[in-house]
Amino acid sequence: MAKLPLEGTRICDFTWVWAGPFATMLLAMMGAEVIKIESSQRPDVTRRAQQSAAQQSTSVDPQLVKSNDFGWMNSCKKCCSLNLRNPQGVALVKEIIKISDVVTENFSTGTMERLGLGYSALKEIRPDIIMLSTSVAGRQGPRKNISGYAIQSQALSGADSLTGYQGGPPKDPGGNYGDLITGTHGAFAILAALYHRSKTGEGQYIDLSMTETMVNSISQGVMDYVMNGRLRQRQGNRDDFMAPHGCYRCQGEDKWVAIAVSNEEEWKAFCQAIGEPAWTKDDKFADGYSRWANQEELDKLVNSWTKDYTHYEVMEILQRAGVAAGPSVNVEELVNDRQLHQRGFFVELDHPNPEVEKGLNSRAPWRLSALPDIVYQRAPRIGEHNDYVFRELLGLSEEEIARLTEEQVII
Amino acid sequence: MQNGALSGLKIVELGHLVSGPYCAKLLADLGAEVIKVEEPGVGDEARRREPFLHDKADPERSGLFLYLNTNKLGVTLSLKSKTGREILHKLVKEADVLVENNPPSIMEECGLQYESLKGINPRLIMTSITPFGQSGPYRDYKATELISYHIGGLGYITPPVVEAVEQYPPLKAGGQLADFCTGTTAAVATMVAVFYREATGLGQQVDVSEQEAVASFFRSAFSAYSYTKTTQGRSREARRPAGVERILACSNGYISFAPIQEDHWQRLLEMIGGSELAQDERFKDAAGRREHGEELTRVIGEWTRQHTKEEVADLIQGADFPGVPVQDVNEAVDWDHFAARDFFVDIDHPKVGKLRYPRGPYVFSKTPWRASRPAPLLGQHNEDIYCGRLGYSKEQLIRLRSAGVI
Repeated sequence: MAKLPLEGTRICDFTWVWAGPFATMLLAMMGAEVIKIESSQRPDVTRRAQQSAAQQSTSVDPQLVKSNDFGWMNSCKKCCSLNLRNPQGVALVKEIIKISDVVTENFSTGTMERLGLGYSALKEIRPDIIMLSTSVAGRQGPRKNISGYAIQSQALSGADSLTGYQGGPPKDPGGNYGDLITGTHGAFAILAALYHRSKTGEGQYIDLSMTETMVNSISQGVMDYVMNGRLRQRQGNRDDFMAPHGCYRCQGEDKWVAIAVSNEEEWKAFCQAIGEPAWTKDDKFADGYSRWANQEELDKLVNSWTKDYTHYEVMEILQRAGVAAGPSVNVEELVNDRQLHQRGFFVELDHPNPEVEKGLNSRAPWRLSALPDIVYQRAPRIGEHNDYVFRELLGLSEEEIARLTEEQVII
Repeated sequence: MQNGALSGLKIVELGHLVSGPYCAKLLADLGAEVIKVEEPGVGDEARRREPFLHDKADPERSGLFLYLNTNKLGVTLSLKSKTGREILHKLVKEADVLVENNPPSIMEECGLQYESLKGINPRLIMTSITPFGQSGPYRDYKATELISYHIGGLGYITPPVVEAVEQYPPLKAGGQLADFCTGTTAAVATMVAVFYREATGLGQQVDVSEQEAVASFFRSAFSAYSYTKTTQGRSREARRPAGVERILACSNGYISFAPIQEDHWQRLLEMIGGSELAQDERFKDAAGRREHGEELTRVIGEWTRQHTKEEVADLIQGADFPGVPVQDVNEAVDWDHFAARDFFVDIDHPKVGKLRYPRGPYVFSKTPWRASRPAPLLGQHNEDIYCGRLGYSKEQLIRLRSAGVI
């Protein structure tokens, strides 16, 4: 079988919740050996989070909990269980770090140091170690102790202030965007550091801030203030110059299509595609400038056409004419999207709890022409790879492992 | 000169707007050499996008372009001409990576699809970024940030609940979140391919679909859906019980709070209305707070409106309750915390002068993020690259320019 790109790279992974684990999952999907450090006393919170009504567990044992949250962030990883409050546990994890290329963590500031696992300690174990530390606001600076996740970083960055209906209050961008964009930057930073190390032998420490990833993503708003001292206003689905540009009602209950007409050529194609109704000849819509100035009225007229079609039909009609359009999909529609299916985007994986049925995950968000058939593994159970880590990798005997289990070092 | 983490990597970029250029910027900012190739006269579409310095529209004054193209060399080249394509082949021959975000049909028309280019450079890694990928029924469909954000699933949950579904459409978030998600994803994928090549000597095409990059960010929802087989509507009725509103008005702005633990709530309610409120039957557990979300929002909102967002943030953080002020862009840019972290760096540019730009979102201890050069002027490095590296004479350059090749 073809070698995966990151085979041979080992990551000792202390991350939990979302931002940290997403970074290590992207790398695990590409063949890095990611060893998640957990314990049944301190499981990753996502093992318990967001249990759907269909999956409510009465058990508190994280191994038996039916939450689906953990699975979608931890595919392809291994897991060993250690009590880091026990000095023997810390000693053992240092042995793992010694044979690892990268250490990742996203605890609150100071936690790793308190465990005796700060970067200076890790450098003594392995001078060329690469350590990625992910947090809301970074590990240095007056607000380094803010704890939290996407919500806080989005609010602090200015991203919330730019999101919302015209004249309305700020809104949170959807999903856990802040966590996932940060995880993506984290994976990139790790690979950049590994590349540098492959050329120079030098490891390093990386301080990754969620708030800073969000500021990176709202560039026009930032540059308008830097250059012109101006604050961009919330504008709903509208654009600086394009019109029609927005979401329009379609047939069915709460169905919408997004349409963006970028230039005169597309406007002509749009008018033709919708059957050249008389209103399109109105002077008010004669050029891009006028269309933008009159978009309130224009939007109503576009709606008068879209309302008779489904959002997928509008996409087909307009795309055939060379106009950008697409449905605003809910999760059911996303899961049934034919493009995503044709490209094999979705992957069904077992749940770590054997009592729970398979669930949907997705492959890596890219396709590699040299590796078209990558296989993905389910997320691990707590301590599932203890035997592999302690016996095979660290060379501990059966007796030692039994003793450590009894003394609740391995737990 | 201090080396970046990616010093030695050679990239050619055929990018426009955000996703392609941001992918290449991430690599350039960490020390890779990036040669950005633009259409003569016209250049990257981003040059025509707001904001402009002092509102003077000019291809060298776009804040979007200036930010997205730091640390790159810039040449002009027409890919529509045979000579232009031959010159591109020469650039590609010496490159490790080609990053492009053009429609697949255009790349094919220009004879620049991966199958052709790998003949010129078998080790080439070609990162191709498109709205829907290089294959499939939507392959040739167009998309902008608006469409990508919505068709990847994030629009319908921004915000998750609205007062009246007919009146409030699903929203695109401010900024270009879908495009930046995609550019960053492509940078990871590019590095993955670099590692693959180090191990095997093989190049390849890296096919990045913006729809997939965005849908990947929506993963918690589709994973949950595969178990529950239910979708929630956006109306208050569909979402009942909706829980508490997370962003609330204060006297001078907004506060964003995200309580997770039970004791967070106890402390907050105690602070607002003493033990009477903390023990209120309606709000004493998670189920109750969901059930009575609107009332609770009202109670908390009455309190927050009497204080500034800074006061509210201080009070609730003092009670160890997760919550932060919703900062406006100026508050974010001028934040003392960012200043202490040197998050904004000055970069001097020959036309717009010195401006502050956000650096990358990380601090590397050994190979720090650096601004070695500003975004290039259109065709700024034509002579350096075409004469200096490819051996064209200055006279040839003039002829190429007259012929519209550069």
